[in-house]
Amino acid sequence: MEGEMMTGNLAAAWGARLAGVDYVPAFPITPQTEIVEALAKWCENGAMAARFVTMDSEHSMMTAAGAAAATGARVFTATSSQGLLYAIEVLYSISGWRVPLVLVNVSRALAAPITLEPDHNDVLASRDCGFLQIHAETCQEVLDSILMAYRIAEDERVMLPVIVNLDGFYLSFTREPVIIPDPEQVKLFLPPFRPAHLGFKASAPHALGVAVLGGTPYSYFRHQMHLAAMNALDVHREAAAAFEQLFGRPYDVVEGYRLEDAEDVLVMTNAFASKGKGAVDVARAEGKRVGLLRLRMIRPWPADAICHALQGRRAVAVLDQNLSPGQGGILFQEIAACLYHEALRPRALCSFIGGLGGKNISEGELRAIFEQTAEAGIRGKGIGPVLLYTEAEHREMVQLQVLAAGSRAES
Amino acid sequence: MTWQRETFKKIKQIPREEHVLPGTALCAGCGGLEALRLAAKVLGDDVVYVNAAGCFTMLAAYPFTPFKGSWLYTTMGSAPAGAQGVRDALDVLIAKGRLPKEEDLKVVVLGGDGSTYDMALSSTSGAITRKLDFYYFCYDNEAYGNTGAQLSPATPYGARTTTSPCSLQHPSGTTQEKKDIFEIWRAHKPPYIATVAPRYPLDLEEKFARAAKFTGPKLFLALSACPTGWLYDPGETPEVAKLAVETGLWPLKEAINGEVTHTYIPKRKPVEEYLKLQGRFRHLFEPTRQDDAIRHIQARVDEYWQQVKG
Repeated sequence: MEGEMMTGNLAAAWGARLAGVDYVPAFPITPQTEIVEALAKWCENGAMAARFVTMDSEHSMMTAAGAAAATGARVFTATSSQGLLYAIEVLYSISGWRVPLVLVNVSRALAAPITLEPDHNDVLASRDCGFLQIHAETCQEVLDSILMAYRIAEDERVMLPVIVNLDGFYLSFTREPVIIPDPEQVKLFLPPFRPAHLGFKASAPHALGVAVLGGTPYSYFRHQMHLAAMNALDVHREAAAAFEQLFGRPYDVVEGYRLEDAEDVLVMTNAFASKGKGAVDVARAEGKRVGLLRLRMIRPWPADAICHALQGRRAVAVLDQNLSPGQGGILFQEIAACLYHEALRPRALCSFIGGLGGKNISEGELRAIFEQTAEAGIRGKGIGPVLLYTEAEHREMVQLQVLAAGSRAES
Repeated sequence: MTWQRETFKKIKQIPREEHVLPGTALCAGCGGLEALRLAAKVLGDDVVYVNAAGCFTMLAAYPFTPFKGSWLYTTMGSAPAGAQGVRDALDVLIAKGRLPKEEDLKVVVLGGDGSTYDMALSSTSGAITRKLDFYYFCYDNEAYGNTGAQLSPATPYGARTTTSPCSLQHPSGTTQEKKDIFEIWRAHKPPYIATVAPRYPLDLEEKFARAAKFTGPKLFLALSACPTGWLYDPGETPEVAKLAVETGLWPLKEAINGEVTHTYIPKRKPVEEYLKLQGRFRHLFEPTRQDDAIRHIQARVDEYWQQVKG
């Protein structure tokens, strides 16, 4: 087996280490803490030439991160869940400052009820903040995506920060073989950070984040951010080509799995996509023509790549590991929107919600998704949102409610 | 032992050069801006101002700034964390040879009392605890001023704000006591803390000059008489600022490594003279005089100075 066994968290720390970052403001939160612990150790023992600072909150941590990047340092930091939400005000500021940095988010469901286990409501709450988003499936992809993220973020055509997302527990604490790229080759891939338009210095004062009066300048600057984010699609393609050439691992904004002749396609993101691929293999073995599309880049939204992968299919199912109460799955809405103008759009779109708060998605559930999606395709009418939640699970829930009610239940 | 000024003995010693240029969008008669203008005469131009949401946000409105130095607008709650990021990055870049030493800047946080006393307290405490080498300049106008004078934790007893109106239940305006941010800062033992008032320019300039000798957090609380919030004619700002000090309501002091020295001992005029000038206290005098409230304010000041004398 090639590579070293390491957790997703350690792979993230290796990404920051290999990127040669200058500065790591940090704040602990489960399930991310292992990342900053590893970086603290490496900064302390000289393995990394970076300054590590423990801040007083994620809000402060992100402010320090953005301010340091604005000053001209290459910055890395990491958070999760409540921490990401606590910092979200600052995320909007940082992208507005047009400074590149990389933030790793280790997905964890949001309170209330409070939990430690993953889903994607945290990272999708930061969907509109101007950070680009890359969602990783494997530990190797976490490391590789961080290196790519710096190259994309720091490109003059982009100059926006990037979130690299990985699932808490399922990836953050799962050991997988990871090939650590050669540092010299990384230097070829990722040139030193020497921003042309950033930095505070005596000889060239400048003002950043200033107020605007009225909607015209505001609209102008926000639209600039949109155009820059869209540029990241091309920049990603170039970065991926260079990365593959140097390291032999190909990446695209979306990943198709057994799509060639697939009638029905399941859309997923992050680590649970591995489960989805497994279910595709099982279904294929039974003669069903199904495939999977994994969304890797969420912002910018790779509409063309998604349409290209999904056009002409009989039915498409989107499995959202998030819930927008009163609406349904967040990514389903985006998939539906970008397929609307497609002449060969699928006959049916199905929305499934699963994996909330780290709840497993079983083989049986994935099988049911394929069956219901195929039926919807034949019928020409989609379904959903359907919550993956079995009778057996509900019986367990009822038992908990009986315990919670205590003597009141008996009276 | 009386406090001696060493650098600034005469008014003529204050540099004539301006570093905060006129023509900003701030209110006429802004005492906070006057304090900053004076402070900048010592701070100079090699500065990056890290601003928190507040009145001073309007200093830099695209495409203008009144500074010859740099500016970074952060948030209401985290300007000291922004200062941390800038300071650390400057240090790292200089250490790695990517930025010449002569390009270095002083990092100066600007925050109003709303930010300073409440929302940014956590990030300020963090920055002081981490011994961040920075200046903190709080322009204290004793209310959320940029939103039109609402109650802040810096609002003193008896003041009327738009969210602490006078009523039958509360005839004297707010009954809260102004939060003692100086003592909160002092509990962190930073190398230098001072209160300043722009009507006492030599005291102010001297304190910024003294602070420059210290590495670490250097915190300033600047009285910011506020015509629009305190309701007096903008031309009276110097008089209001003067009376705040002369009545003893705004003590001029410094704390070096936690040890407090009062830099000016006022003869202490009755607080009434200060209160009467301002619309925010008018209800204490009209339509009926609220002697209890006025006595309460006077008693608090007397108590404070009693303590100072020991």
